[in-house]
Amino acid sequence: MGVEGIGARVVRKEDKRFITGKGRYVDDIKLLGMTHAHFIRSPHAHAKVKGINSAEALKMPGVVAVLTGQEIVDDKVGNLICGWAITSKDGSPMKMGAWPAMAPETVRFVGQAVAVVIAESKNLARDAAEAVVVEYEELPAVADVHAAIKSGAPQLHPEASGNQVYDWVIGDEGATDAAFAKAANVVKLDVTNNRLAPNAMEPRAAIADYDAAEEHFTLYTTSQNPHVARLVLSAFYNIAPEHKLRVIAPDVGGGFGSKIFIYPEEMVALWASKKVGRPVKWTGDRTEAFLTDAHGRDHVTHAEMAFDANNKITGLKVKTYANFGAYMSLFSSSVPTYLYATLLSGQYNIPAIHAEVIGVYTNTTPVDAYRGAGRPEASYLIERLMETAARQLKVDPTALRRTNFITQFPHQTPVIMAYDTGDFNASLDAAMKAIDYDGFAGRKAKAKADGKLRGIGVSCYIEACGIAPSKAVGSLGAGVGLWESAEVRVNPVGTIEVLTGSHSHGQGHETTFCQLVAERLGVPISQVSIVHGDTDKVQFGMGTYGSRSAAVGLTAILKAMEKMESKAKKIAAHALEASEGDIVIENGEFKVAGTDKAIAFPMVALAAYTAHNLPDGMEPGLKESAFYDPTNFTFPAGAYICELEVDPGTGKTSFVNFVAADDFGRLINPMIVEGQVHGGLAQGIGQALLEHAIYDASGQPITASFMDYSMPRADDLPSFNLSHTTTLCPGNPLGIKGCGEAGAIGASAAVINAITDAIGKNNLEMPATPDRVWRTIHAA
Amino acid sequence: MSTVKLTVNGKAVAVDVEDRTLLVQLLRENLNLTGTHVGCDTSQCGACVVHMDGKAVKSCTMLAGQADGANITTIEGIAKGDELHPMQAAFRDNHGLQCGYCTPGMIMSAIDIVHRYGGQLDETTVRHELEGNICRCTGYHNIVKAVLDAAGRMKVSQAAE
Repeated sequence: MGVEGIGARVVRKEDKRFITGKGRYVDDIKLLGMTHAHFIRSPHAHAKVKGINSAEALKMPGVVAVLTGQEIVDDKVGNLICGWAITSKDGSPMKMGAWPAMAPETVRFVGQAVAVVIAESKNLARDAAEAVVVEYEELPAVADVHAAIKSGAPQLHPEASGNQVYDWVIGDEGATDAAFAKAANVVKLDVTNNRLAPNAMEPRAAIADYDAAEEHFTLYTTSQNPHVARLVLSAFYNIAPEHKLRVIAPDVGGGFGSKIFIYPEEMVALWASKKVGRPVKWTGDRTEAFLTDAHGRDHVTHAEMAFDANNKITGLKVKTYANFGAYMSLFSSSVPTYLYATLLSGQYNIPAIHAEVIGVYTNTTPVDAYRGAGRPEASYLIERLMETAARQLKVDPTALRRTNFITQFPHQTPVIMAYDTGDFNASLDAAMKAIDYDGFAGRKAKAKADGKLRGIGVSCYIEACGIAPSKAVGSLGAGVGLWESAEVRVNPVGTIEVLTGSHSHGQGHETTFCQLVAERLGVPISQVSIVHGDTDKVQFGMGTYGSRSAAVGLTAILKAMEKMESKAKKIAAHALEASEGDIVIENGEFKVAGTDKAIAFPMVALAAYTAHNLPDGMEPGLKESAFYDPTNFTFPAGAYICELEVDPGTGKTSFVNFVAADDFGRLINPMIVEGQVHGGLAQGIGQALLEHAIYDASGQPITASFMDYSMPRADDLPSFNLSHTTTLCPGNPLGIKGCGEAGAIGASAAVINAITDAIGKNNLEMPATPDRVWRTIHAA
Repeated sequence: MSTVKLTVNGKAVAVDVEDRTLLVQLLRENLNLTGTHVGCDTSQCGACVVHMDGKAVKSCTMLAGQADGANITTIEGIAKGDELHPMQAAFRDNHGLQCGYCTPGMIMSAIDIVHRYGGQLDETTVRHELEGNICRCTGYHNIVKAVLDAAGRMKVSQAAE
């Protein structure tokens, strides 16, 4: 490892612009002649749009246009799509309700746009929006999954009878029933996985600029995957063919999944820019973010686990109702199926699993991938079940886990996934040591003397990252391949530009990706630039989500580097009159092994571009690209233990210690990895204690601002105690597993297991607010 | 429309704005100082924090006219040329930022905290004082470290002056 190579705690190259106020986010961009859009959104959860009268608004100063849902439909802009086809157990395809970018006839959730005002300024657009009169005929609405599937419930889509998206199953039902029939003990649990609002700190924004002479669009947008946005806008939404559409995602202020999707506002901005002949800018406010960014989670589950007399798990049955909201968002169908039920084996040997997932429409904001996407729901369920089982079977929860850990790899689970490697005992050992698990009983007794209820909770998570082998996901219904592309451009002076299809919106790629180049060539990272986020610069890319950028994106860069190095070695060997096989790369030089003969890397680059003395037949230049398609998912895993105290008088929880022992395979920059874990833990703890996107029975959101939705703040969280154990991932040459989502996947179960341990009652739903905890303590 | 006269990062400016213009709009839209961000509409997130006459204020929650005659410092105005403010350096060195969106407001709030406490800070105090700044990326762990680190650096640099 060099000082800036793999494994070094290099401070981030991108930080200077962010700490000096020079970041460039979409809302920071101004174009000449730019207009401003303000959307008119439904105040009703379910209603017919009877008429839109914009006559008064059009007379107001600075108003350029008022455009409606009927117009966007008339102009044949395509409906929004869901890109992962799921088949129900009866063989029927999932039932996708039509979702126009603005609603011409029917609105199905509060916040759905029906029209847009385009004006000379944001304030003028808002003023005019007040003067647009929309006549609605309210319809009965339903927000809860159980209410939505009852007979006689309000129906959202003619395509989906009974509001059912699909009824999907996985696993072997017969084998699972047989396991339960022979079980010595059965543990049952009902859990709700609370709905969350992603709340990246930068609200979504878009600027669309149509060039009539070239018939070309440019879209600046808050996207985690600009190429996927271009593909979908071109292939499905009929905005423009791909070569006539440039998508730029500049600095993006956090995503957490919510900026994967292509939203109606981006479609409308593009369409409107052509309509009005000027650039159109839209910047969402926080309330619009709560109403329109795809939400996360929202599962209601009943699960049963069967054990033999030796406390070995013999079977698992799961039935989950997944709330989709009013429409199927871009990857929504995959989240409660292939990203959830395939992880239901957890870290354990479970011979038989059967899961059924029923997707349900409700009059709420659409639900899609949010940090972890399905895996937090699976991990929470399994780890709550294990804790419940330990209490019921009267064994130590860590011992019960060890009894059932998978210890032989590769391991084929009954739910598709083949775990490649791991050491679950090692991470649990590390976490137990870090928190002094053996000393807990003494600390609990002391706390009791002080009037506090102290609890400890364990969570041993596993997830599937490195999304994903294209052939495998294709066979499961995905509409895209999930490889990644990269290009390495060496300039004639030896500086290097790495173009990547990954997108950094906080992850630090501009530093970590340089570290790979520094490691291989021995050049300083100041000689390397990372280029991303612009479809005109980077050939293609699938973007950043599912903890895939290092395992997939960086491996693509490695493949391109290997090709570049191979050519550079040939040039060096020719210049040094040596055999190519004898050339080694050290400290920025190409050397003949075992001699003092060497040529500096910039001289190799220069030789490639002067082309005065290249090996016969070699093309000039030094630039290579690669596409990398992973062979398997990667499987980060770890053990989290939370120790906390509950005040029985108030129900308030206070952290004593939170330890995380993760196995992410090889770490490129441990400082950045730790930052990813901290942020994930905060989101997992936020789900456990604070966050809940709530609707009333009529579909009105009642948590649509930071005054009402409880975001984790600095004084809600502890400092974290992190460590790592390592088994290298055999599936990619760098041995990387991915670290972006782990914290959010593993943390919530540890917190709820700890609180329920403290209060001595097992039934407690998230978020465990002081009110809810107090009521649980004092319930009869 | 009114003319608002104020000093921003040491430079006197006079700007004609609609009376309803917020200070953050004047900074971002009229002066192109886009380092100050807007993350919410209820004065909760603190992405918009700037200093007015040396004190941290939320620039999304005051009218530009209320800043008439004031001395405003934004994130763009705290470094001395190429020399970062100790708080900026501490955020970088402690990995106290990820996506960078909340960072300018965090740094401006954190400088104010250190000033108010004369650098006598501990973790609990920093966490309590950061209550008006929301970060979704870092879990605050490294932000707290950065503020405590900077408190030490600012004490040293004040002593040297």
